[in-house]
Amino acid sequence: MTPQAAAQQLVEHLGEGVGEPAEFRGEVTMVVGRDKIAAACRFLKEHCGFDMLTDLSGIDNYGEEPRFAVAYHLYSLTHRCSLRLKVLLDEDDALVDSVAGVWSTADWHEREAYDMFGIRFAGHPNLKRILMWEGYPHHPLRKDFPLAGLPADLPATAEEAGRVETANMLGGPYFSGPGQRGTVSREPRQYDTAAEQADKLSSPNKAEPV
Amino acid sequence: MATQREMEIIDSAYRAQLALEEELSGDKMLVNMGPSHPSTHGVLRVILELDGEVITDLTTDIGYLHRGDEKIAENMTYTQFIPYTDRLDYLSPLANNVAYAYAVEKLLGVTVPPRCQYIRVICSELARISSHLLGVGAMSIDLGAMSVFLYTFTEREKIYNLCECLSGARFTTSYTRVGGLAHDMPAEFAPMLRQFLDEIPAAIDETDKLLSRNKIFLARTKDIGVLSRADAIDLGTTGPILRASGVDWDIRKAHPYSGYEHFDFEVPVGTVGDCYDRYLVRMEEMRQSVSILRQAIEKLPEGPVNVDDPKIVLPEKKAVLTRMEELIHQFIQVTAGINAPPGEVYFSAENPKGELGFYIVSKGGGTPHRLKIRGPSFVNLQALRKMSVGHMVADLISILGSIDFVMGECDR
Amino acid sequence: MSSVVNTAVDLRAESRDVVVTRLDSAVDWARKNSCWPMPMGLACCAIELMATGASRFDISRFGAEVMRFSPRQSDLMVVAGTCVYKMAGVVKRLWEQMPNPKWCIAMGACASTGGMFRSYAVVQGIDRILPVDVYISGCPPRPEALLEALMALQRQIEHEKSIENLRQDQHQPRLGGAPVRGPIVVQG
Repeated sequence: MTPQAAAQQLVEHLGEGVGEPAEFRGEVTMVVGRDKIAAACRFLKEHCGFDMLTDLSGIDNYGEEPRFAVAYHLYSLTHRCSLRLKVLLDEDDALVDSVAGVWSTADWHEREAYDMFGIRFAGHPNLKRILMWEGYPHHPLRKDFPLAGLPADLPATAEEAGRVETANMLGGPYFSGPGQRGTVSREPRQYDTAAEQADKLSSPNKAEPV
Repeated sequence: MATQREMEIIDSAYRAQLALEEELSGDKMLVNMGPSHPSTHGVLRVILELDGEVITDLTTDIGYLHRGDEKIAENMTYTQFIPYTDRLDYLSPLANNVAYAYAVEKLLGVTVPPRCQYIRVICSELARISSHLLGVGAMSIDLGAMSVFLYTFTEREKIYNLCECLSGARFTTSYTRVGGLAHDMPAEFAPMLRQFLDEIPAAIDETDKLLSRNKIFLARTKDIGVLSRADAIDLGTTGPILRASGVDWDIRKAHPYSGYEHFDFEVPVGTVGDCYDRYLVRMEEMRQSVSILRQAIEKLPEGPVNVDDPKIVLPEKKAVLTRMEELIHQFIQVTAGINAPPGEVYFSAENPKGELGFYIVSKGGGTPHRLKIRGPSFVNLQALRKMSVGHMVADLISILGSIDFVMGECDR
Repeated sequence: MSSVVNTAVDLRAESRDVVVTRLDSAVDWARKNSCWPMPMGLACCAIELMATGASRFDISRFGAEVMRFSPRQSDLMVVAGTCVYKMAGVVKRLWEQMPNPKWCIAMGACASTGGMFRSYAVVQGIDRILPVDVYISGCPPRPEALLEALMALQRQIEHEKSIENLRQDQHQPRLGGAPVRGPIVVQG
């Protein structure tokens, strides 16, 4: 099985929606329509022995139409050959079927393509940002994004995201040092009246004057 | 005071059993591990869902070392990007340099002379020994065997001396150039390498003796983190992880580059795919690397190290300062970069961590349009979930050590 | 140790084992010779940090081999590597969790100024988020440079007015409360 033979079989199997294979430096590249990519990958994996997805990357051809491309590098361990598939996507409709169901490794690669380019993958189990933080508003590898970056909010801490509550300081922090009061008089919780206790519980982190 | 429920149940044995079940069905805990944690693997964050000590689910959070290498590559010439490749897998910078140089040379369609290929093999194998030494050392210090860490670091210092002799820097070498090397191997390198090759097998054997039949090490790594063959292929893992899971695949044998077809070496393949197998694969790979290095330094051919093309390789300085044509070539290469033809290539090399691939899309000119770095650690880390669920937290440490990932090439 | 000049050794037979010194000297001497680093090993410089802790360069000679990964138990944060914005909040929080007195070494070009990564994701120097005492240049700096930086920091700690700082409110950040000292830059 050579890449050319595999490309030929793919063309026969899918018919339209698959471009002519192109060769450069000994590698075969085929452009596949975006609605055919999942079927193409499944066919190549099951019938041509391309059991490994080596790489999946997004490409931004800013200024050309269609703007985005997704390149899939398939590899066959049994036949020791590789094949590249490309899907071309428009800027305002950058949606393509996910191949995470075909190879599990596509999971993170597709998340990275989404993070860096904004290309969405339909049917992806967990399409979230992976390298930048959740809530980062830009897609850095797009050509119209400058290298030095654009202003963005820093990642939300767990507190801000509401996932974590700070513990109630109850009049603390209680620290030791020369010139401080003794521990008994410093942590007066047992000597607080009910009203003082309620006050401390209701307004956390109010530091006590030393 | 008995609760209403207790009073409803009359049979004491049933009540006792119920009490026991209630004890065991606790809530699950979410525990955060990292990104700053005492493991020498860098800034990885793992969110564990624990039922007691057993991991029921695991989420990996990466990106804490995402430096924007791929975006930087789009703004640099091919030669200017070489120092960035050092910092990808910073445990084996020479190997990254070699892989990147071959990728760009594939795009340009040039082949380097044999002497350069042999020296690059020496670079890659030295980097492999260095990386595996640290991998085994870090794994053992995580498991508590601190002496092994110190011994492997002593050997790595010898490799650093070699790197310094070869390139001038201890470990971020930036030694290769597109079309050749920065400079030829210095005369004192070969005797230093031979001396190192005489000393290193003893060190590998010592590490072997300390760990391979050590009861504690075996208990912590045998049958821990098993990755089946099918899973390993499906998850795209490469390198020692894939070989430990039973797949006999090594790019140096499958698609030989840099003259590897002239070398006689074996590829260790594991059977079970647990942490112990991955450790054994790395130990044996080190021994095979020593053998390859011996062959390389003995059979090193004479000749030039750079491609004879003034448009790719910088001309000699003497000529640049005196003649017009060389001055122009130097000027264009340094300012505009090497003029690559439009097209796209993918080249991958067998790095110590796995398959390091560079996917270069060129639209002509001196800078790449898109440079995608297929970091092996990025792909190998996906297997963490599969390997760890069902094990205990302490086993996770063994598994992290055995995957031997590096966040530099994971996050890029 | 240079605090010898501040001591008077009583050589009379009955009190031969008495050393008289200033409290500051004693405290500073103890602090400088037992700086427990918290290795914030983010990237490649972490490998040189580990090499400094290994047997060839042996940071243990300076009392700093106890690499405490818990901020509560450490004095010296060595930021070794590139700090990216995603990690910056973590570094800052760990810095704040370290108890006083604490010092910081920015190891390497990336920690000092962002290094060669002038990109969208990288903090251009960790002195944007925490106060740095010593900057080490180099990519990565040699272990000798890290040891030189540690020694320079020790020379600085030697002259701190520790007791006076103790008497002041301990929770003021050092830059705001303590006397200002210029940062030290070490060539790596």
